Amino acid sequence: MTALLDSIGYANWVLHALVWLPVLGMGLVLWAEEERAKTVAFWWSLGVLVLSLGLWFAFDPASADFQMTSSAPWIESWGVSYSLGVDGISLFMVILTTLSTSLAILGSFNYIQSRERAFYALMLLLEAGVVGVFVATDVFLFYVFFELTLVPMYFIVGIWGGERRIYAAIKFFLYTAFGSLLMLVGILYLFWRAKGLLGAPTFSYEDFLLVPLSMTEQLWLFTAFALAFSVKVPVFPLHTWLPDAHVEAPTPGSVILAAVLLKMGTYGFLRFLLPFFPAASQHPTVVTTMLVLGLVGILYTAWVAAVQPDAKKLVAYTSVAHMGFVVLGIFALTVNGLQGGLIVMISHGLSTGALFLLLGMLYERRHTRKIDDFGGLARVAPWLATAFVITALASIGLPGTSGFVGEFLALLGTFETHPTIAILATLGVIFAAYYMLPMVQKVFFNQLATDENREVEDASGRELAILAPLCALMIWIGWNPTPFLERMEPSVRAVIERVESAGAQVSASAEPQTPQSLDETVEASSTPPPRRDRRRRVDSRRRRARRD
Amino acid sequence: MTLALRPSLVAALAALALPASVAAQGGAPAGESGGAFTPFLPGMIVLLPLLGFLANGALALAHGKKSADAVRAGGELDLGERAQRPLTHTLPSLIGPGVLGLAFLITLVNFSRALGASLEEPVVVHYWTWMATGTFTVDAALQLDQLSLLMMMIVTGVGFLIHVFSVGYMRDDAGYPRYFAYLNLFVFFMLVLVMGASYALMFVGWEGVGLCSYLLIGFWFGDKEKSDAGKKAFIVNRIGDFGFLVAMFLLYATFGTLDFVPIFADAQLTTSLVYGGGLVTAITLFFFLGAAGKSAQIPLYVWLPDAMAGPTPVSALIHAATMVTAGVYLVARSSVLFALSPVGSATVAGVGVLTALFAATIALQQYDIKKVLAYSTVSQLGYMFVGVGVGAYAAGVFHLMTHAFFKALLFLGSGAVIHSMHHAYHHTHKHDDPQDMRNMGGLRAHMPITWITMWIGTLAIAGIWPLAGFFSKDEIIWQVAAFGGAVNAPYPLLYTLFWMTALAAAMLTAFYMTRMMVMTFHGSNRTGAEEAKHLHEAPAVMWVPLAVLAVLSVFGGWINVPEALRTSFLGLGGALPMSEWLHHWLEPVTAGAHEVQLEHLGEVAHAAPVGGGEVAWAAISFLAAAAVVAAAFKVVGAQKTVPAHDAPAPTGFANVLYNKYYVDELYNWIVVQPIVRASQFCWRVIDATIIDGTVNAVGWVSKGVGWGVSMFQTGNVSTYAFVLTLGVLVILGVSVF
Repeated sequence: MTALLDSIGYANWVLHALVWLPVLGMGLVLWAEEERAKTVAFWWSLGVLVLSLGLWFAFDPASADFQMTSSAPWIESWGVSYSLGVDGISLFMVILTTLSTSLAILGSFNYIQSRERAFYALMLLLEAGVVGVFVATDVFLFYVFFELTLVPMYFIVGIWGGERRIYAAIKFFLYTAFGSLLMLVGILYLFWRAKGLLGAPTFSYEDFLLVPLSMTEQLWLFTAFALAFSVKVPVFPLHTWLPDAHVEAPTPGSVILAAVLLKMGTYGFLRFLLPFFPAASQHPTVVTTMLVLGLVGILYTAWVAAVQPDAKKLVAYTSVAHMGFVVLGIFALTVNGLQGGLIVMISHGLSTGALFLLLGMLYERRHTRKIDDFGGLARVAPWLATAFVITALASIGLPGTSGFVGEFLALLGTFETHPTIAILATLGVIFAAYYMLPMVQKVFFNQLATDENREVEDASGRELAILAPLCALMIWIGWNPTPFLERMEPSVRAVIERVESAGAQVSASAEPQTPQSLDETVEASSTPPPRRDRRRRVDSRRRRARRD
Repeated sequence: MTLALRPSLVAALAALALPASVAAQGGAPAGESGGAFTPFLPGMIVLLPLLGFLANGALALAHGKKSADAVRAGGELDLGERAQRPLTHTLPSLIGPGVLGLAFLITLVNFSRALGASLEEPVVVHYWTWMATGTFTVDAALQLDQLSLLMMMIVTGVGFLIHVFSVGYMRDDAGYPRYFAYLNLFVFFMLVLVMGASYALMFVGWEGVGLCSYLLIGFWFGDKEKSDAGKKAFIVNRIGDFGFLVAMFLLYATFGTLDFVPIFADAQLTTSLVYGGGLVTAITLFFFLGAAGKSAQIPLYVWLPDAMAGPTPVSALIHAATMVTAGVYLVARSSVLFALSPVGSATVAGVGVLTALFAATIALQQYDIKKVLAYSTVSQLGYMFVGVGVGAYAAGVFHLMTHAFFKALLFLGSGAVIHSMHHAYHHTHKHDDPQDMRNMGGLRAHMPITWITMWIGTLAIAGIWPLAGFFSKDEIIWQVAAFGGAVNAPYPLLYTLFWMTALAAAMLTAFYMTRMMVMTFHGSNRTGAEEAKHLHEAPAVMWVPLAVLAVLSVFGGWINVPEALRTSFLGLGGALPMSEWLHHWLEPVTAGAHEVQLEHLGEVAHAAPVGGGEVAWAAISFLAAAAVVAAAFKVVGAQKTVPAHDAPAPTGFANVLYNKYYVDELYNWIVVQPIVRASQFCWRVIDATIIDGTVNAVGWVSKGVGWGVSMFQTGNVSTYAFVLTLGVLVILGVSVF
């Protein structure tokens, strides 16, 4: 497989293809006839998915660096470049994106009945944006993609959504726009500091890593970035846009929102927050705050979820609880915690994505989302019930499913550094059963009382084609997560080493502005190791600066 | 197509079942008893039930389509004659018990090999790396040692008998293939539980059997009550699983691994675990929380009586013989850790003895035949915990084994009774409760085999010499007395109390079991004149397993007769074979714990707290139990029992017992309702009002501001795009220059 990929130069062009092919597909969809739009969109996205699967083989699991990198100047006067790359943190997010887009498109065949061309075009645009977010290695480019994802999502909710779609869309837009504006300010600040340091404008991720920041600066910038990402995750108490957005969004919108858009937040934590501001990320107050917010997210939203009459809203709240495990794993700052967090991200993408798809299938049949309207469906729809139960079990972290591996490692990693919080968070396993099982029971078990429920059809072939791969993946990762974990490990380890070494430097030196400590900071920030030539260039520049 | 697939499928299965490496940890030298132990296809033992699950599951899903169509059309699928449904009846009947039978045979080969070999150290068979993060690694590996081999024998052996019984019991159920799919899956997870070589893998089995329990309790999911019972079991078990998880975190923080072999090797050496220290006490207490959930001990026992909603063979397999004993297995497996914590062990024994007594009192006043057996199971599990709680790990496991025999027998027997009662009511279209003993009576005339075999089970559980329960229960009770009298025993008075309570509970056991037998089989029949004609003995496929279990219930106790008893008149002066065999067999597993115990507590006593030796007290308890059985036979036989719908409501303390001390109501009032109310508060007040209120308020304010600039709102998208671009450019422009 690897030889085949090498022979076609896969690594050189695949990331560009993954960003631009969906855009091309968007054109094709718009060009196609209205009734054929969905077919075109699906097969196109399936092609993109197949293409992205090569990443699994082409990726070198031993390396912590960005791989398959490529870079071209874009706006040279500002130092903006079009640079892409993928590492152990973003690899699975890219594949998760292509997978969920394909399945979400397949899942909207019946749900979306109006303006199909526009809808599928927006879905492909969304895919391009999200893939871009995960592969951009230029901070400006990242920001562009990050904002770009807002636009198609806004329209997907606002046009094809439910009754209160306008309220939900605007809430979603304002919440996230507010967060990302703060981040923009932070990025510009970093840009100025990098320019001052290197003497030339740059938005390169690796250049930003070199910027030495005092503790005060780090705390301010951390806050700005953290707010932007926390809205996305969402971290309690910034989560109230999520239930509204999910309830109003059409099925495919919910799927993409849950499966990948939320991950942009935790991805931001890992990619930017920890490496850029290592000292702040280790600051006891900051760590405690983030861990407690994650913990509250786990327990509080589990309770809120349990009393929701609307099935979709219930699942939306459980998203917050799951992402709480990710936050916990990340801010535990341990290898186990971070890897667990990443597996939770994947697992949540699969299981919550599948739950929204399943609820969408039920909605298409019964035109209701109220849990009490259902009952006894397992008797008329055993295949749907089986898929639902498997997914629900993965969602509540039953061993043998992906959910367990993620939550277990995240909690284990948290326990290493913050045992009390980890023990309290472990209570989440009880409350997960408390919110999920009653819903399963009320929808699929109990008496088959009404005629509407009696007439519910079982899963069609198309629906099984959506659900089967998701269920298979949940179980496969549950039993054999090692291939995933080993691909993440070097990158995760690099993040932690950077946080620990660079963070220690800043907290050790009271005045990071002096040339001496600047030296140390730069030394310390060499993990993840920047490319050697860049390192030399920086050194010579600094030497020049010092001579002056 | 099928033919072409088959060789590759076989190859894939062989690859799965073949180990990556087999390691006798520590390189045990070959002892006098024989060569090294070579495991025989241990992977297949686990794999076979899994394959059975997949095959039956596929049949169930295929069948599901058809029956769903029938339900949608407004009726039920007409099953027709059994011969006419090869795919949904014949095939599951072969696959379900078949895979278990094969697994049992392979286990038997391993067991007999182990008997002839020296197996000082556990043999660990590695298959693949399950989780590896770089700092934490756990393998998919199976551990074969004396304890796991014994558990495998029980799980596959008793499991096989119950599968066979199910063929008869469930044959006319519409969900027949689904039933066997769940049952096979359960055995798979149960084997993972007892064979897993690490706590992490054990936890996979631990929650897996919980899942199957959930699915099987709620097997008839169309009934809300049964579905509720399944959900309750799962959630209560998860409270225990919380404890298991925390204990694993503590172990990992201490040892850096969750594998059994290194943990037990280091437990006595590591400086972080001191005898009686806080850490090891915390580990054991959290583990015991898990055990209390799975094995239905106070305060988490409430799910087990409700679990009787499942099909009766399920109650026999899961809720009597195997799954509920997992907690006992956990403590026995972790014997070194529990031995290091006197507080932890005392808690295990104390909770055990309390549960034994408490559940026995409730069983006195139950009328549902399965509820009697359920509370009896809770009570007997309490005894097992008493055993492992006083360091008598072999005695606890011994009772686990004999209990698996006679309780499976009793449950299956009750299943035969319910089956017969159900058929009788079905014939006359009467809607009385076929499980209520007040509707039975005099059944011995109609089902003599069930009657005799169930009496054997009853006498065994009541502790009548020389049946299995006499030796195993007496061993535990004696060990409590001996432990309390050890040289440095902690809290000796407490253990005296435990001992007396255990004796008392044993008398209650004899009483409620005899009561059940008399109400069910003796006296005159209360089913109804017309119905009684349709009462019948169970078919062979059901009574043969009963007979096999009855034989085991008689002789099963002879494998571990204490030497003192064996040489006395209770062992017919040495005529009974296999002196303390089980004790010696398990010695390699429990040696570490016994070392700790000997070092810190010294020799155990050889006389009971009030005097008297082992033989004397064994004789006393046998005579007392026999007297209680005789008395109960007289008393209950003399009572006038009326059919359930004519029966007056119980009054006074009997009513309190009948209502199980109102514990469910209490839990609902102090735990469930407050959490539901708190959840409502979180949602309606905190989330919807406070947080979202703030957000919307901010929104309104900005809307007000927005009104001011609304002249820019032309509604033209291209204008927006233009302004947006302009804005970005301005910001960038400002930042660059």
